[in-house]
Amino acid sequence: MAETPPLLEVDGVTLQYKTPHHLLTAIYRVGFKVHAADRFVLLGPSGCGKSTLLKAVGGYLAPVEGSIRLKGQVIRSPGPDRIMVFQEFDQLLPWKSVKENVAFPLAAARGLPSRQARDKAMQAIAKVNLTQFADNYPHTLSGGMKQRVAIARALAMEPDILLMDEPFAALDALTRQRMQEELLQLWEGTRFTVLFVTHSIPEAVKLGRRILLLSPLPGRVRAELNSDGTDAADRESGLKLSERIHRILFADASAPSEVAYA
Amino acid sequence: MPNVEPSRPEFVTPGIDQPMAAVIEKPLTLAERLYGSAFARKLAILALLCAVWQIYAASLDNPLLLPSFTATAKALFQAILSGGLLARAALSLKVLLMGYAAGLALAMLLSAFAVSSRIGSDLLETLTAMFNPLPSIALLPIALLWFGLGNGSTVFVLIHSVLWPVALNTHAGFTAVSSTLRMVGRNYGLRGPRYVARILVPAAFPSILAGLKIGWAFAWRTLIAAELIFGVTSGSGGLGWFIFERKNDLDIPAVFAGLASVIIIGLLVENGIFRNLEAATVRKWGMQH
Repeated sequence: MAETPPLLEVDGVTLQYKTPHHLLTAIYRVGFKVHAADRFVLLGPSGCGKSTLLKAVGGYLAPVEGSIRLKGQVIRSPGPDRIMVFQEFDQLLPWKSVKENVAFPLAAARGLPSRQARDKAMQAIAKVNLTQFADNYPHTLSGGMKQRVAIARALAMEPDILLMDEPFAALDALTRQRMQEELLQLWEGTRFTVLFVTHSIPEAVKLGRRILLLSPLPGRVRAELNSDGTDAADRESGLKLSERIHRILFADASAPSEVAYA
Repeated sequence: MPNVEPSRPEFVTPGIDQPMAAVIEKPLTLAERLYGSAFARKLAILALLCAVWQIYAASLDNPLLLPSFTATAKALFQAILSGGLLARAALSLKVLLMGYAAGLALAMLLSAFAVSSRIGSDLLETLTAMFNPLPSIALLPIALLWFGLGNGSTVFVLIHSVLWPVALNTHAGFTAVSSTLRMVGRNYGLRGPRYVARILVPAAFPSILAGLKIGWAFAWRTLIAAELIFGVTSGSGGLGWFIFERKNDLDIPAVFAGLASVIIIGLLVENGIFRNLEAATVRKWGMQH
């Protein structure tokens, strides 16, 4: 197979941010490549800087070292070619109905005429099975429904890459499982590229095709693994993928400072 | 040690999804519905206050100090029919709207500047700290010097009374917008005035609405006071001047009628305009209950 250039290239990126008293390094010299139609997962314990890394890809934060390129172009600011789905339920604009929420970026960022934007929005809403709630306001929806609207909004925009920042972490376990399955079905339908941040090993195994493991404080690359979604046993070690991930992430679990972040 | 209950039979209720025969909804009685309506409750409070007024005025029996409710109502109708009270009120409202609109526009500009740069927010904070505590009426003599006799000086004073509270509330609202919503707006590539107008303003609307209400109350009382003191010189001759004239004639029921119309207009704006605006925006969006 011919080598196609990767869609997203993260190369030796270091990310720092300031608190009132300290300059913190959240990510240190991290690199990875995401190809078109990839389901790429950033996995690591809380505090490993994976959300910060995703925000840098989103363009909200500039790396102090290294570069992030999308389709060969260096990312400098947030833009509608990388739509984010956040964990927070308040990511929908409360003053717009479900339909308007999905249609708004199509009109405001893509410049579609309002009728076309509405039609496209309704198609996306149908894909996440919310057609009957299209005229509801976000505050009348459940958490899972809000996240579905956020996903519909992102898919309708047809971004180059979909950035998901623990979108299911605030959901109850039953809803989370259903949402994961729905996301996989949606992916089977359109084969979008997604960069997915999570701290849950089962979620990473289920959703990822490629999983980047990050170490905490500052985040560095521990490993990059493949997943076929079934948590199959490795031929060499005989261990399930989730067990291997667990071992790699907590390899030096004897160090108490790291256990605190597990 | 107590043993665990050994055997409890399991059960599944068959046909739980069938329609129920029991009462699911029934209409409320008239009294329940009346008490449930805020309008009816407030009307009852107003009626009670008027009754207390009437009884006290009757027992005092001194129409020069406190005319009765009925005498005031009569004077109010007379003033509307023959005294041109409506024209006076319209004059006051016209000047008020000019000052209010200009104040709002300036407040929006100032808070948009404040949210987009650090020096802007310093400017807003310093200016509001300086001018918000300064009573607008205290500026009227200066305004008369600068803008002369006429509506210009009244409008200037009104702008001063509206600008600072509205700017302060709007700025507070902008800074309270959640970081997620801000990131969503920037994710759409919105920037500058479009970002402020399409993300920040609606997201901060509960605070902005509170600012609009406070600004309205400040403007209304400033206007009446300005007219009372400098009514004819500032050329408007509105409601405040009506009250002043009637006091000079010792037509006390008409003075009360003038005061009553100030109150009535205030009630109408609060319950008519602001209530509906609230229902159509922040309540509908679930941002306020």
